[in-house]
Amino acid sequence: MTNIFTDFLSSLSLINLGLAFSGVLAGIIIGALPGLSATMAVAILVPFTFALEPSSGLIVLGAIYTGAIFGGSWSAILINTPGTPSAVATTFDGYPLAKKGDGDLAMSISCISSFIGGIIGVICLALFAPPLASISLMFGPTEYFWLAVLGLTLISTLAEGDNIKSLIGACLGLLLSMVGVAVVGGDMRMTWNISFLNSGIEIVSAMIGLFCIPVILDLTSMKGKHLNESETPKSLRLKESFFLVFSKKFQAVRGALIGTFIGILPGAGGSIASIVSYGEAKRSSKNKDNFGKGEPEGLIASETANNATVGGGFIPTLCLGIPGTPPDAVILGALLVQGIRTGDTLFTQQSSIVYTFIFGLFLATIMLLPLGLLMGRYAYKSIIKIPREILIPIIIFLTIIGSYSIQNNILNVYFMFFFGLIGWILNRAGFKASPIVLGLVLGQIAEQGFVQSYIIGNAQENIIANYFAKPISIVLVILILMGLFLPTLKKIYNKKRRNLNDQR
Amino acid sequence: MNLKSKIIKIFAIFAFLLSSINVASAGVTNIIPFGPGGESDVTARMQQPYYKNIYNDDMTVQYKPGGGGSVGWSSLNDEKNDGSVIMGVNLPHIIMQPIAKGEKAGYKTDDVNVFAFFHYTPDAILVEASSPYKSLKDLLSYAKSNPGKLTFSGSGTYSANHLLTISLNKKAKVKTTYVPFKGTGAAVQALLGKQVVAEAGYSTVAAKQGSKVRMLAVASEKRLPAFPNVPTFKELGYNIVSGAYRGYALPKSASKATVKEWSDRIMKINSDPSFKQKMEDGAFVVVNIGHNKIKKFMRDQKKANKAIAKDLGLIK
Repeated sequence: MTNIFTDFLSSLSLINLGLAFSGVLAGIIIGALPGLSATMAVAILVPFTFALEPSSGLIVLGAIYTGAIFGGSWSAILINTPGTPSAVATTFDGYPLAKKGDGDLAMSISCISSFIGGIIGVICLALFAPPLASISLMFGPTEYFWLAVLGLTLISTLAEGDNIKSLIGACLGLLLSMVGVAVVGGDMRMTWNISFLNSGIEIVSAMIGLFCIPVILDLTSMKGKHLNESETPKSLRLKESFFLVFSKKFQAVRGALIGTFIGILPGAGGSIASIVSYGEAKRSSKNKDNFGKGEPEGLIASETANNATVGGGFIPTLCLGIPGTPPDAVILGALLVQGIRTGDTLFTQQSSIVYTFIFGLFLATIMLLPLGLLMGRYAYKSIIKIPREILIPIIIFLTIIGSYSIQNNILNVYFMFFFGLIGWILNRAGFKASPIVLGLVLGQIAEQGFVQSYIIGNAQENIIANYFAKPISIVLVILILMGLFLPTLKKIYNKKRRNLNDQR
Repeated sequence: MNLKSKIIKIFAIFAFLLSSINVASAGVTNIIPFGPGGESDVTARMQQPYYKNIYNDDMTVQYKPGGGGSVGWSSLNDEKNDGSVIMGVNLPHIIMQPIAKGEKAGYKTDDVNVFAFFHYTPDAILVEASSPYKSLKDLLSYAKSNPGKLTFSGSGTYSANHLLTISLNKKAKVKTTYVPFKGTGAAVQALLGKQVVAEAGYSTVAAKQGSKVRMLAVASEKRLPAFPNVPTFKELGYNIVSGAYRGYALPKSASKATVKEWSDRIMKINSDPSFKQKMEDGAFVVVNIGHNKIKKFMRDQKKANKAIAKDLGLIK
């Protein structure tokens, strides 16, 4: 115990505090710019951390990561463009809130929610890492397949507006997810002899195009202001937002736990976490109909979940040496270069580094609260105050820089504009961008899981048992069936009861 | 605050962002055609401090991922040829991709002007620690009596991992099932989660996972210093020496002097004992294939890979 206490004190050194502070600050800015992702931020800074003590270096990387995941919510709220893929669900209610003139409220809620999610994720990392890591190993190809299917069924729950149109959008996303060289089998699919497409549709540039370009085009054609101003634009609306989050404390904790749990599954990531959390929140909420029109509860669900994946993702990274998320992969590489071996021994033999790191992450999450609130207020005010003639070129500039820097490739920029055009046309026809992006993200996971399960089941000469006869698979299948049929059954049940009542 | 000062502020922020991008591109640039965190990235990161020490110049690592490296390699010859830019190259990728995909790969093997390979990660067969199979012999006798039931996880299709299982099938006259995953991490996850019987991976997996896995055989010439108890395939009677080689290339138009200078630089870092130690601890095998040996080496590799491609039915 004394050991852990000294680790805690060493994480509190002035240098570490300063590093965590600047890490969070840089992370928020990078995350808020569409296209500049947490992975890239961490990768750029890796060489600088070699000059530091291993634990200090890790603290910076963790702080940047935390900041960037939170920063992604800003552009989601202010310009309807997720800064990172994990903020897709934040656009559902964040942007409508901002449109209504409650952008300041949305920014504050998102910061408080991210803080709650982040803290719960880090606490799980500190206390339950080894047992949770062994749970993540119970997820094989079959479980990933069902998890992705669960995410896809939730699209119908999320649907803002037309259900059929969002299903068509999701199918388009699924189709797009198959472009490129198949991981299993190595076939080239729908690449049209363009070698750029060999690696598949690049999700982030497609996302920037689909979400951001329609907003820019609308902004140019529209008269009046981008966002409505609230009556009291100068305040943070702190009391109101704290009260709102506090009144939804159970929902916030549920979101954080969902995020942590999905975070421990390598490859699943923040986008699935926030979608599942959002879907659950909507399903169990009293104001279901308000979701997608600026419901703070939806924002809380999404933001608690995606920040909880930070702590959750470090669990397989540190315990198993398997990166939970792409930024974790970079941090794992940095650990290797510094000669730190992950795995069981990390928590026993090199525990002081691990615990200093976890405390550092904890500190960074705490700093997120004041920093995020203050910077968020400034960002919101400037977006509101900047005249449209300046705002539009700035956003276009950012989308170009962002999509270029994903792979240092100009083709990504063309690609982004191409998707922007498609997104705008589809938007006019009433199709939303989010089902397409979700289909794109989930399709790859679902397909790989399905084919891998088939190959393994075939080798075991029992394909059907491999899909259905595993405890976690059964739970997931039940959740999927519930999601699909519960609303209909409820309707039928209510109708019958009404009929009975009428007869009486 | 008036509008003007705000605009100035905004442009100041942009200038700062742009300048930070500029700073990052000073010195020489090492383009890794994969995402960050993989073996190519990690070993380039290991070279970084040594390069700085020897040449007092910064080596910046950039990423240009996509298509298993093909996006980077197909644009290699458009990069600056003055030696300020080098690009990571991998075997068997640069040979197998043009064979498997033909024109669609976007480049030909001979377009990639490789000047050095500095290490390789030997292929290896691993099982989870609690697995009943203690040796390669145990594993293969299971495969013999249960054709197709022995499942291997591995990273990708037509990759080094995939090719290893094909060579093994042929040389040990067994039938096994290869299950491709996206990346080594996912393949290891499937092994530790007992979704598959064994993994066709690299020696580096054993170094990273320690006591959680057991390496049954390694496809190097000699036993690895970090794993003196793990036999090579050769010792066990299967003539398999394979793995993923990693090195660097320059644009084709680079002068002979530039090629020689870069080859010397990479070899000089290789000769540093502490660098070698670091690499060996991670189960990377340091090799010194400089610009004067590269032609013959590539010729041999092409021959070997073509033979495997024939077995796969990729070429006639």
